[in-house]
Amino acid sequence: MNKVVAGADAAIQDIPSGATLMLGGFGLCGIPENCIAALVKKGTNNLTCISNNAGVDGFGIGLLLEQKQVKKMISSYVGENAEFERQLLSGELEVELIPQGTLATRCMAAGYGMPAVYLLAGVGTEVAIGKETREFNGKPYLMEYAFDSDYAIVKAWKGDTQGNLIFKDTARNFNPLMAMAGKITIAEVEELVPAGELDPNYIHVPGIYVHRIFQGANYEKRIEQRTVRKG
Amino acid sequence: MLNKEQIAQRIAKELKDGFYVNLGIGIPTLVANYIPEGVNVILQSENGLLGMGPFPLEGEEDADLINAGKQTITTVPGSAFFDSAMSFGMIRAGKVDLTVLGAMEVSETGDIANWKIPNKMVKGMGGAMDLVAAAKNIIVAMQHTNPKGESKLLPKCSLPLTGVGCVKKIVSDLGVFDVTPEGFVCIEYAPGVTIEEIKAKTAGKLTIAADVKEMVG
Repeated sequence: MNKVVAGADAAIQDIPSGATLMLGGFGLCGIPENCIAALVKKGTNNLTCISNNAGVDGFGIGLLLEQKQVKKMISSYVGENAEFERQLLSGELEVELIPQGTLATRCMAAGYGMPAVYLLAGVGTEVAIGKETREFNGKPYLMEYAFDSDYAIVKAWKGDTQGNLIFKDTARNFNPLMAMAGKITIAEVEELVPAGELDPNYIHVPGIYVHRIFQGANYEKRIEQRTVRKG
Repeated sequence: MLNKEQIAQRIAKELKDGFYVNLGIGIPTLVANYIPEGVNVILQSENGLLGMGPFPLEGEEDADLINAGKQTITTVPGSAFFDSAMSFGMIRAGKVDLTVLGAMEVSETGDIANWKIPNKMVKGMGGAMDLVAAAKNIIVAMQHTNPKGESKLLPKCSLPLTGVGCVKKIVSDLGVFDVTPEGFVCIEYAPGVTIEEIKAKTAGKLTIAADVKEMVG
């Protein structure tokens, strides 16, 4: 069972315009840089992107936005991108903002085969508008559906030829959840090894969830807020 | 009147040994600088870390290790990483003892608005709605009035809500206020601030605690 594809171009080549994609990462941390670049190059457009953030101007999902490849963003926080704001205000871009924990849990639900979950976040706010509610122990909860995403594109630290994934530090974030949630999951990894080299005890996402994997290249890993202390 | 550092310093006194704490962006982040001696708390960063350490030394920044404000950080002995669903799972399950966050408005019933100004600021709620819906104890750190001088402690929030009936305590530049079924109760006033000034700058229902005292630094 070899899930290895040649690279980002091969991994994303069948993604049609109009597809729904999950893109892993928190801010610019742990984003699938190679696949984003390949999508920009190929020009796949009219995309619905499920991602916690929308990148920054000139990097991450910001690159897709610049080329007007995104029809709709489903995110929790999108504050760092002037082009995003311009497209939002001009009506070119559709945006659905949802609480971060709800976003994560709707990914999780998809990966665990649960159609919906009941969550407290957003009760009594505009997030609750139009949602079915149900009371448990005297408190109202919102019913939130599992995401239905054609593809998930994630970035891992290490992976093997069978698609098993390990993430590093806070670059884990949404990546394992989205890897589990995509109908087709594409993983780019910093280090691709033969099956058997990763300790099974330390696998974060078992390969059953991953359909395509490749060794990524030239990671820039841009830092959004470089903050240091004096020694 | 308290400056931002002093607000953070006062909130740090609410920390108890063994607490798991989530600090929001802005003044709440500064609370980490004033954790009292002998009090060990574990900081949770909702992007997937328990045991957040200080900022790294120059040259030791790691793009894979950031906090929820996207700043480079470090770990401490005993830290743990996890994914975003587990992160909000532990918040939702009530495992996090205290959440400190900023606000644009708080109502006398503990509603909070801090994520959206219609037609002006539409950045998103991030994790704020999840945190306020679930946290056992929420302290708001904020200025008492907005830049126009209008009270941010209101009978009812005018901005879109982040959460309903969830704020337990406010530390502002003017004092410390419990949010109770009877509205705001002033329990401490900042040095140099009079009760009259607090009354004038609080639009929501306010009572002054019988044992109100001046805040000690």
